[in-house]
Amino acid sequence: MLLFRNIFAGLGLLLLATSAWSAPNLRPVRVGLPHVIMDRQYILVEEWRLYLQAKLHRPVEFVIRRKDSDTMDQLRLENLDFAWISDYPYLRLKRQQPYIRLVAVPLYQGKPYFRSYLIVPAADDQTTSISQLKGMVFAYVDPYSTGGYVHPRHELWMAGEDPRRHFSKTFFTWSNRTVIEAVAQGLADGGAVDGFVWDSLAKTRPDLTGQTRVFANSTEYGVAPFIANRAVSGGDFRAMRRALLGMAKDPEASQLLTRLNLDGFVPGKAKLYEYLAKMLRDMDEE
Amino acid sequence: MKTFFDLSFRYKIPLWGSLLIVTTALAVSASLMLLDYDDLKQDLLISSSNLGRTLAKTLFSPLQQDDVWRVSEIVNAPLKRASGDNALQPEAILVVDKTMQVVVSTSPRAIPMLVGLRQLSSEYAALAAKIEEIHGDDSLIIDLPDSSRLYVVTPIADEGSFLGTLIIEYSRDMLLPRFYSAAWRGGLMGLLVLAVLLPINWYWGSRMSRPLVLLANRMGAIDSRGAAALQPEMYAYQDELGQLFDAYRRMIVEQERKEALERQMVQSERLAAVGRLAAGMAHEINNPLGGMLTAIDTLKSFGETDPRTAKTIALIERGLTQIGDTVGGLLVEARMKSRYLEPQDIEDVRSLVVPLARKKTLRVDWSASLAQPLPLQASLVRQILINLLLNAIHAADSRGRVACSVEFDAGILRMTVENDGKLLTEEQMTHLFEPFSPLSEDGHGLGLWMTYQIVQQLGGAISVDLHDGHMRFSVTLPSGTNT
Repeated sequence: MLLFRNIFAGLGLLLLATSAWSAPNLRPVRVGLPHVIMDRQYILVEEWRLYLQAKLHRPVEFVIRRKDSDTMDQLRLENLDFAWISDYPYLRLKRQQPYIRLVAVPLYQGKPYFRSYLIVPAADDQTTSISQLKGMVFAYVDPYSTGGYVHPRHELWMAGEDPRRHFSKTFFTWSNRTVIEAVAQGLADGGAVDGFVWDSLAKTRPDLTGQTRVFANSTEYGVAPFIANRAVSGGDFRAMRRALLGMAKDPEASQLLTRLNLDGFVPGKAKLYEYLAKMLRDMDEE
Repeated sequence: MKTFFDLSFRYKIPLWGSLLIVTTALAVSASLMLLDYDDLKQDLLISSSNLGRTLAKTLFSPLQQDDVWRVSEIVNAPLKRASGDNALQPEAILVVDKTMQVVVSTSPRAIPMLVGLRQLSSEYAALAAKIEEIHGDDSLIIDLPDSSRLYVVTPIADEGSFLGTLIIEYSRDMLLPRFYSAAWRGGLMGLLVLAVLLPINWYWGSRMSRPLVLLANRMGAIDSRGAAALQPEMYAYQDELGQLFDAYRRMIVEQERKEALERQMVQSERLAAVGRLAAGMAHEINNPLGGMLTAIDTLKSFGETDPRTAKTIALIERGLTQIGDTVGGLLVEARMKSRYLEPQDIEDVRSLVVPLARKKTLRVDWSASLAQPLPLQASLVRQILINLLLNAIHAADSRGRVACSVEFDAGILRMTVENDGKLLTEEQMTHLFEPFSPLSEDGHGLGLWMTYQIVQQLGGAISVDLHDGHMRFSVTLPSGTNT
């Protein structure tokens, strides 16, 4: 029944939005969303799209890509106007394309920071540091994921290990949730995920997270930002920022935020990503 | 076993039928179950090879890109189907690379990646050896001896580039639940068939055996109390059993005829013996009797006798005369000559007896169809007819009925006399024609004896039977002429 209520609410928003559109043939706004965060939450995504459509008074299209690298390509080809993108790709894009603008950053537990969680199967009650997983199988999220790739490698590097040879085998699962699944199954002996996703899943799928154990979490690093591409006009940029920042105050949208396990959006600052940049510099991977 | 074969057909036929039905039901059920098991196995072969081929094709690209997670997702998909609905679900799936090292397994805790297949267990080592012998790129089922599993092995290859091998494991036991459910259904059907057929068989068997049992019982009773008749409606069909019933019926008729004949012969022989004895004795008595009567005659005509002597002589004479009468009654002489029988003789007899009958207010039904004189001695025939009619009138109930019929046909004179009086018992019938019959209440009991003797001497026959519930005497006399 909740599902239907949500759909009706969405339809209501859509009607409001339709009445607000003066020009019917406006070009839709295309927004890239990260698969790593939005994984399988299709109803939530649709409701959020309808919310943005109503706020922006224009059609909105969401484009969800399996890999962050795809989203980066689409931004480069200017097929996307906005994108919610992980911090690492943002850093790289920013360096290559300085016109990329930061629209907003989400607040997680009141702060614009994430942590990385290092997890092992629940049956493993010995491991307390990633160094102990030497010679094991390790699961990463995505080569552009801070929590699911950069941070665990940096940990090893700091401990004097070679991240490329420390494990007998590593593989990518291309989403945080599947890293948790791989570790829960025992396919991987350990894995790294964004703590935000693990915490969200712990509420909705405790059976899955229960099969894993978090043995370490990282220093805070900047949360994945919402960015605007070069072609986006100043008016559109401001409208999108307003829509995102206003979510926390809007009763409908704050429901969406709760389900996304976020507290709201704030205008971000570039120095949020300094720690990530440092890690990359440390490992000579900039 | 002997006791079983000694059982009545009433039980034996249904039992044999039941045995046959149960055996058939079991055999059919068993063969259906075997077929079903074969089908199941065939199903397994086809579906597992299909699964193997499909998975191997899908696995090629992720394996080439070393996308372990994608490989894991692909091999886990077939195991995630709802359990229970598909008994042909694999137990486990493994992907090994060219060097027989595990890339991914569906139970990574037991079979982690990077482990060599040969190091896992001796069974997997044997499997690895088998896999290395394989050439070609189609699915193959490997059935290792002493293994509880079947392995379906498919090479992961594309256009000559070989990346590794897909191994799908099936438990041999998984066929059992499906087999049991099929067997259960088959058994249930069998029971249903039995529940329908057995009562039909039992009914058919008892129906079949009933006439046989009846026949056997009747035949068993022949010796003891004489055979009882079998009604034709007891078994109305013309099959072998019907023929048996017919034969039995004919046999009974023959038997009764034979017995009647025997009884009759015994009776005639006895009567003949009694007749010879009586005639002999009559002659022996008649000779001295004639002498004694002549002596008394002489005594009466000569000599003076005092009254006492005369009285005594008269007494002796009466006694001797009575003896002579009695002996004369016994000694029936049919050889005296008289004229031939004419139709008027029969009418004379009628006019003699009708007044007597009228005294008892009896109805007399008379039917005489004699049209010409017959070469039979008229006085003897008249005596026979009078005797029989007098007896009938005597025996008939008051206001009753007496019937007489005389007819001549094919050289035989047939006379019947019938009355509606009390019936004779079996015992009375047996001694009917003997002299001094106890039936005679006021006569000397020689009437029927004499009649019998006359009929015998004329070469005819006399008999008594029941006709429409009345006693009927029949006399037949051959007349010596056929006209």
